[in-house]
Amino acid sequence: MPATGPARITATGWGWRYAGRRAPAIRDVSFTIEPGERVLLLGASGAGKSTLLAGMAGLLGGADEGDETGSLLVDGARAEAQRGRVGLVLQDPDSGVVLSKVGDDVAFGCENLGVPAAEIPARVAEALEAVGLAVPLARPTKALSGGQKQRLALAGVLAMRPGVLLLDEPTANLDPDGVREVRASIEHAVAETGATLVVIEHRTAVWADLMDRVLVVGSDGGLLADGPPTEVFARHGAALAAAGVWVPGRAVELPALPAAPADAVPALAASNLSISRDGRTVVRAGLDLTVPRGAATAITGPNGAGKSTLALTLAGLLPEAVGEVVAAVELAGRAGRRPSRWTSRELLTRIGTVFQEPEHQFLASTVRDELAIGPRSRGVDAAAIDAIVGELLERLHLAPLAGANPFTLSGGQKRRLSVATVLADAPPIIVLDEPTFGQDRRGWIELVQLLQSEIAAGTTVVAVTHDEDVLHHLGGHRIDLGAGPSLPATPLDAPGRVRPRPVRPVGARSCRPSARGPALRTSRPRGRRGWTASTPSPRSCSHCCCRCRCSRRSTSRAPWWPSHFSSCASR
Amino acid sequence: MHTSTSASTPVAAPSTSTSSLRWRVVDIVVAAVLGVAIGLVFWAWNTVGYAWFTAMDGLTPGLGGLAVGIWLIGGVIGGLVIRKPGAALLVEVIAAIVSMLIGNVWGVSTLLSGLVQGLGAELIFALFLYRRFTLPVAMLAGAGAAAGAWVFELFYGSSPNILKTLEFNTIYLVSLIVSGALLAGVVGWLAVRALAATGALNRFAAGREARREV
Amino acid sequence: MAIALQLLCIPLTGLGALTVLKRMLPILVFAPIAGVSMLLYAEPGGTVYWSFWYATISDDSIALAVAVCVRVLALALPTILLFGRTDPTELADALAQVAKLPSRFVLGVLAGTRTLGLFLDDWRSMGLARRARGVGDSGAIRRFFSMAFVLLVFAVRRGTKLAMAMEARGFGSGIPRTWSRPSRLHPRDLVALLGAAAIMALAIAAAVAAGTFRFVWS
Repeated sequence: MPATGPARITATGWGWRYAGRRAPAIRDVSFTIEPGERVLLLGASGAGKSTLLAGMAGLLGGADEGDETGSLLVDGARAEAQRGRVGLVLQDPDSGVVLSKVGDDVAFGCENLGVPAAEIPARVAEALEAVGLAVPLARPTKALSGGQKQRLALAGVLAMRPGVLLLDEPTANLDPDGVREVRASIEHAVAETGATLVVIEHRTAVWADLMDRVLVVGSDGGLLADGPPTEVFARHGAALAAAGVWVPGRAVELPALPAAPADAVPALAASNLSISRDGRTVVRAGLDLTVPRGAATAITGPNGAGKSTLALTLAGLLPEAVGEVVAAVELAGRAGRRPSRWTSRELLTRIGTVFQEPEHQFLASTVRDELAIGPRSRGVDAAAIDAIVGELLERLHLAPLAGANPFTLSGGQKRRLSVATVLADAPPIIVLDEPTFGQDRRGWIELVQLLQSEIAAGTTVVAVTHDEDVLHHLGGHRIDLGAGPSLPATPLDAPGRVRPRPVRPVGARSCRPSARGPALRTSRPRGRRGWTASTPSPRSCSHCCCRCRCSRRSTSRAPWWPSHFSSCASR
Repeated sequence: MHTSTSASTPVAAPSTSTSSLRWRVVDIVVAAVLGVAIGLVFWAWNTVGYAWFTAMDGLTPGLGGLAVGIWLIGGVIGGLVIRKPGAALLVEVIAAIVSMLIGNVWGVSTLLSGLVQGLGAELIFALFLYRRFTLPVAMLAGAGAAAGAWVFELFYGSSPNILKTLEFNTIYLVSLIVSGALLAGVVGWLAVRALAATGALNRFAAGREARREV
Repeated sequence: MAIALQLLCIPLTGLGALTVLKRMLPILVFAPIAGVSMLLYAEPGGTVYWSFWYATISDDSIALAVAVCVRVLALALPTILLFGRTDPTELADALAQVAKLPSRFVLGVLAGTRTLGLFLDDWRSMGLARRARGVGDSGAIRRFFSMAFVLLVFAVRRGTKLAMAMEARGFGSGIPRTWSRPSRLHPRDLVALLGAAAIMALAIAAAVAAGTFRFVWS
């Protein structure tokens, strides 16, 4: 009879070194996590947090895959010996889905554990209920959104009735809506099952009030900090912020660029434009837009609105279905002013595109060669190429990685490299698809700083983004696809559903919709709330955020620090 | 490529001699996913390759075999990456099924030819007892798969080659073997080495053998 | 004969006639091309019409070429009919439960093959990225190989992550497995099997009767 109920995790001097590497990934950690405790695991990237989680789940492989020191036990025994006791949800939503139908996928874990077939449907229903995923069992998993896929993975784990829930950056690859959904699901699930919870996240804002305890793993081994969230953030806030964690209460010290002047010359313009991904189905029609030169333009909108398609069409990579995108006169190529008619070589020096997945763009086997590809294809001589490459390596802090294979870089480094390859040819227009997606605080700041310096130098920037803070810092001209009525209610909000219990007691005063900051004066549809990772500016709370349930929820500048919640009444 | 072992650090050498030949879950899943990716590559290559094949076959009898090598790469890559019994066969068969299902001219015979080609590569790896995975072994595996393809086309299909002249068949065999050794063996071996350099193969012996620390 | 009988089976598979026709189109185009090789290089027999170096076109080779075209069609049609609507999950269930193939392999392969859609998206996106980087004008072969390589990297990475997720859900741990979707043989399966055998028998019988039957290398 397998054990049930929350499990205790004990580590004594535990460390792991992957086979084939010189240095251990993690060294000498010791802690005890009590049953039912909720722990937030933080640390710089490369500190070994994911390794620790994989070790807790018993997924690190045998002796031929690495060397273990110390012991890491769940309920006094190794995790490999008690499969189903520990559940793990990974960062990538697509890799967590195993089978093609929702019901089958959730049942997968139960089947593996030998649960009698008669019990499985009940468990599946219970797990889906616990995460609030009210989709039919026969729904194909391909059709789910990112947030739904993560909830599905969570349901699959919950169906096993584990004692420990491990989450490795579950919201890193999700848009703000998905982040909100997953966060609510986890809160509900943990409240219902009482399992021990260990979460790795750099967006601590999202989790801080749910967690009882914070463990910070040091890059040189051991634990840097271990204690309640407020205490750890107070004592180690600076170090954590430098390591890339979004620490509550630490503002991003970057200026906000002014909005583009209304009479700016357009760099790109389109009227009655219809865009399509594959040339057959039209995603959006009747778009009239201009991209002002020398300023930033953000393309915003809900999932599926066609933001990426629009960005790629403006960049001349996808042909327009109806209508034309026209560039400024001085950018005209041999075939005219339409970017979609330009040759690849002409596009290189006129519009640079940074894709959402940086690896789609990598062509070479070292970082240095990668940067040299653009200039080389333009016919620049070797000495000039070296100068360009050297300057870019310095500017983007990639110098120590000059000889590395681009695929071995971390997420933030890859993003910087893909931006650097675009800058190597100094195009007057840069198009970026979700540049701050999945970035931690350090990567975010570097990227926004870089874009600001480019704009100051006169480059036109077009960015597809969910992140309202990027928009705020870059100057705020926006093309909003899907402005209009608020988003359809998610299943968690469906009538009759039990709402997740609020974590904090309701305060006395009502949340005042007070001073709106200047950047918020632009028209913004109701119901648009981004679950941003940023820290708020030193303005007063303008509207209550996603954390509480204020009636006027039209901002995404989510102030979420504890002092606000205690005063906000509507929860 | 530099190996990570150096005289000063007490690093345990990768123990290929004691590595078990049992398939881990990661071996199975990666074999499947590799098969799918390679099947997609086959399908994309189908139009190019078939045009090349018929063009060459039209001009010079039997030399169409030179184009066939790419279709043999599934077995070589599968065997080199996963290094377990049946890996080459499994990857080549899955790749053949995928390229068949996305749609191609040859229908069910794709599956059968994939089976035979995979078997050819598998036999070579088995000959070396799944211990040696160097470039010559890769080339031999490619040639083995090519020989399998030749035997298959000799007897099966809408126009079995046994009905054609002896000169045609010998030239075809030679061109197939050359193509297999080069386009499947060498290209496959280089691809696996480049894969290891990206760090993707960390859970496999192929990745741990050749690590480059930056 | 075989083609006619197979065409009769179309309603049984649940595919529309138009779908079948659409999928057959590339094959209808390529079938003659397959015949060309036979046309030129078969053993000469009967009246020789044209000859150049090793290639000879003769009565025999023409007959064989026509036979080739017809056979290509006859081979391709069942594939389309059979696999048009087979559900991979059901197929895997059947293979593991009825045919008793090891469940680790069957389910592992099933899970792995679901990544196909993701790869197609990746392939398209990479094509666009190469256009943006200035290498989209020329060098199609080089582009092909570079894109194929990146696809392999993605494949291994995705496979590794998926394997980790599956292992975390208890897959491959040696615990005897239960099945929430039991798969059993039905009488219908027997009928389908007999029907397929009948088509084959009828086709061969017709060929023997017409005197055109040839075993593989007679």
